[in-house]
Amino acid sequence: MELLITMLVPFLLFSISLWGVVRGVDLWDALVKGAGEGLQVAVRILPPLVCLLAAVYMLRASGALDRLSQLLSPVLSLLGLPPEVMGLMLVRPVSGSAALGVGAELISAYGPDSLVGRTAAVMLGSTETTFYTVAVYFGAAGIRRSRYAIPAALCADLAGFLAASWAVRLCFPG
Amino acid sequence: MTISFIWLLMVGAAILSGLSSGQGPEVAAAALEGAGAGVELCLSMAGALALWMGVMEVMRRSGLSHGLARLLRPVLKRLYPDFAQDQDTMDAVSANVSANLLGLGNAATPLGLEAARRMAQRSPGVASDSLCLLVVCNTASMQLIPTTVASVRSAAGCATPFDILPAVWLASALSLAVGIGAAKWMARVWR
Repeated sequence: MELLITMLVPFLLFSISLWGVVRGVDLWDALVKGAGEGLQVAVRILPPLVCLLAAVYMLRASGALDRLSQLLSPVLSLLGLPPEVMGLMLVRPVSGSAALGVGAELISAYGPDSLVGRTAAVMLGSTETTFYTVAVYFGAAGIRRSRYAIPAALCADLAGFLAASWAVRLCFPG
Repeated sequence: MTISFIWLLMVGAAILSGLSSGQGPEVAAAALEGAGAGVELCLSMAGALALWMGVMEVMRRSGLSHGLARLLRPVLKRLYPDFAQDQDTMDAVSANVSANLLGLGNAATPLGLEAARRMAQRSPGVASDSLCLLVVCNTASMQLIPTTVASVRSAAGCATPFDILPAVWLASALSLAVGIGAAKWMARVWR
């Protein structure tokens, strides 16, 4: 099972490319064009990432993050969440690049294979930037009365956070 | 807008907390250190991001996303009974969902917006139950291969950045199920 997951990337790369060739896609052109778009994404998230990490590093150096997570740790551990991910949960629904910055900070500070690092990664991978998405969709559709869309979406976010922590404990015991 | 307040709050709290605990100089140094770390992080994940976006483009051009959309249609007709007969709207919804599954964020949003615009035509200005559900589904992540997160993990020195996949799928599925459940329940009780 472990080998399967480890080899998933090269296997996916090969089989998708092969399928592309079979279907007559100009494989190289598609790969390169997509990679170019990927670099544009990287360029787009660079400025917010720089500004946000500056603030996150300041918060961490000031000891405010430690105090906040100490304050909230009883509540979070009651729910089975590591208290360190509090900051990530707060910014996740509001800003995608901010959440990526905070999450990346956690992952590199605690290690990608630590409980905190894995929980942060799964939280990032299983939730979306709720408020941004709602704003874009209702803006485009000309909606003024959003009714229950935001509360329902926040239910999904909360479930995603809790499930992320449980899933990490389930998939990586010990 | 909200993010401006959050930033201001973060910096303000850092200064207050740093002064009160005598960590002032550390806070000052951390600002520039963090900015540098932002550039490093972005550079270290740019390669993986570019490679995956290349693969996504192959998936899109080879019709893989289109095939997935056709597979999804029967399920989606049940979720959106009000629009089950509206072929064009259902096409846009299933294309949106399959682009989301494949992590094609740039493709998913315009498709989803097209579906949202069509749904809004029946009830201008007010979010109908179907439109609320569409938005809730799009705020819950359903990406099968979370490439950005995997890029961050490998940038942090992880040898197996995709070993979290089962956990991500489990968490995404639970989150999506709760979102759909909440939307369907609120549709009945919300005035």
